[in-house]
Amino acid sequence: MKLNAEKIRNDFPILSQSVNDEPLIYLDSAATAQKPLAVLDAVQSYYETSNANVHRGVHTLADRATSQYEAVREKTRAFIHAADSAEVLFTRGATTSLNWVAKSWGEANVKAGDEIVITIMEHHANLIPWQQLAKKTGAALNYIHLTADGQLDMEEAARLITNKTKIVAVTHCSNVLGTINPIKELAQLAHQAGAVIVVDGAQAVPHMPIDVQELDADFYAFSGHKMLAPTGTGVLYGKRALLEQMEPVEFGGEMIDFVYEQDSTWTELPWKFETGTPNIAGTIGLGVAIDYLNEQDRTAIHEHGQLLLQRLWPQLQQIEGLTIYGPQDIAQRTGVISFNLDGLHPHDVATALDMEGIAVRAGHHCAQPLMRELDVPATVRASFYLYNTPEEVDRFVASLQAVKEFFANGFI
Amino acid sequence: MALSKLEQLYRQVIVDHSSHPHHYGDMTDPTQAVELHNPSCGDLIEVQVKLMEDHIQDIRFSGSGCTISRASASMMTDLMKGKTIAEARQLINAFSLMMQGSTPQQEEIFGDAMMLQTVSKFPTRIKCATLAWKALEKALEPA
Repeated sequence: MKLNAEKIRNDFPILSQSVNDEPLIYLDSAATAQKPLAVLDAVQSYYETSNANVHRGVHTLADRATSQYEAVREKTRAFIHAADSAEVLFTRGATTSLNWVAKSWGEANVKAGDEIVITIMEHHANLIPWQQLAKKTGAALNYIHLTADGQLDMEEAARLITNKTKIVAVTHCSNVLGTINPIKELAQLAHQAGAVIVVDGAQAVPHMPIDVQELDADFYAFSGHKMLAPTGTGVLYGKRALLEQMEPVEFGGEMIDFVYEQDSTWTELPWKFETGTPNIAGTIGLGVAIDYLNEQDRTAIHEHGQLLLQRLWPQLQQIEGLTIYGPQDIAQRTGVISFNLDGLHPHDVATALDMEGIAVRAGHHCAQPLMRELDVPATVRASFYLYNTPEEVDRFVASLQAVKEFFANGFI
Repeated sequence: MALSKLEQLYRQVIVDHSSHPHHYGDMTDPTQAVELHNPSCGDLIEVQVKLMEDHIQDIRFSGSGCTISRASASMMTDLMKGKTIAEARQLINAFSLMMQGSTPQQEEIFGDAMMLQTVSKFPTRIKCATLAWKALEKALEPA
């Protein structure tokens, strides 16, 4: 099946506007994706027809809200092919999901002398929680580095993951380089060593079919807002046996069984982790986003990204002084591309592109250790999604050329 | 073409300061030094000053940054050398107000830095322009 991006664009009202008097080209979906009308309508309609607190009331609206909310859990289970919907915990986003694992499983199972293995391409969200855990427990934090082609050095991974390793935490796809990492292979290494593998799927779930059982991931975290859903929604998948052993990270209403003056007991999975009133409307929006992505077919979405990169790549290579970071083999990437133009600061490039109506990200992309590894202070990042078109790719390249010329000789 | 708007931001004076910054590089004997970071882009600027009684005898800066942050730092060092601490604080304050969009009463007090007024029309770049000034403000805080 081939995506029809032109038709898809009609579902995203935000895209049909001008920015700085030019038609908007949104190339920042790796930061957050735009939302289709169906998702926006679902949020609005929930508040108009079903708003009530979940899991608490006996009245009709409460029941309606609860069943809509819980239906999304089952939908999410199927979406990532988990064995059991009790393994799907709703969070505020991938960052919260990863912090929960570090705080709950990590603090209970990691001690001084143990080792945590992560990679140099991690987003700070999958780096700082492990750094904090290492500091707190006295465990060592070791990094898998990159090959010359911007992929994980799997020989180093095999050396670093030993029987001292308790946790391997790795991103499924790099938010800077676009690299798709071999999660199955890393899971095997982790499990042979007796460690658990925690996967940051924030950049993968929006773009490709995910099967957490096939990957054999122990924990898998992702955000709703990067996959067309509202902000403040996210998921932590965990294998049931692990989640059962874990203590909740936050305490309060909803997650309890019995509360006495001096002691309390927790309710069963998945609710023992979900304290307080959750983001009900956002989660219902997440359910509709899942429907939307299923309808488009995630294999087709990935292939669409590949087509756009194939069109972009040779054109970028013709721009003198442009350096692309990460894998040269497009098949190893999602629709993310980071680059720099010789002698130009990424911020200046991004401001100039903004004047052309093009939204890109410039900066360290919450990956400062990776920037040091690449020996650059920052990069420009363009990220593509299902609503971007080949024409936008061409306009982006033409604008980059114009920006380069402007800074070379266009000053007044 | 929309890039024509860029010319308001990247004036020749600004680009000259950025490509050939004044007072760039380390000082041998600073009395104060403050390093500031722009967390959104990773830019880093260090401002070094040599204070003599109540005035700035010497000032230099170093670090990596975009066109706007380097140009602004360079213009600031031109402006601040020889000023009293009280004058410097007033200028920092007035510059901050200008970045928020207000028109200064006496434009001439800013020298080349007056060219940076257009930055206030590019809200995402104001932090770039104010980084060095904030570093100097810290450096002038009483010990």
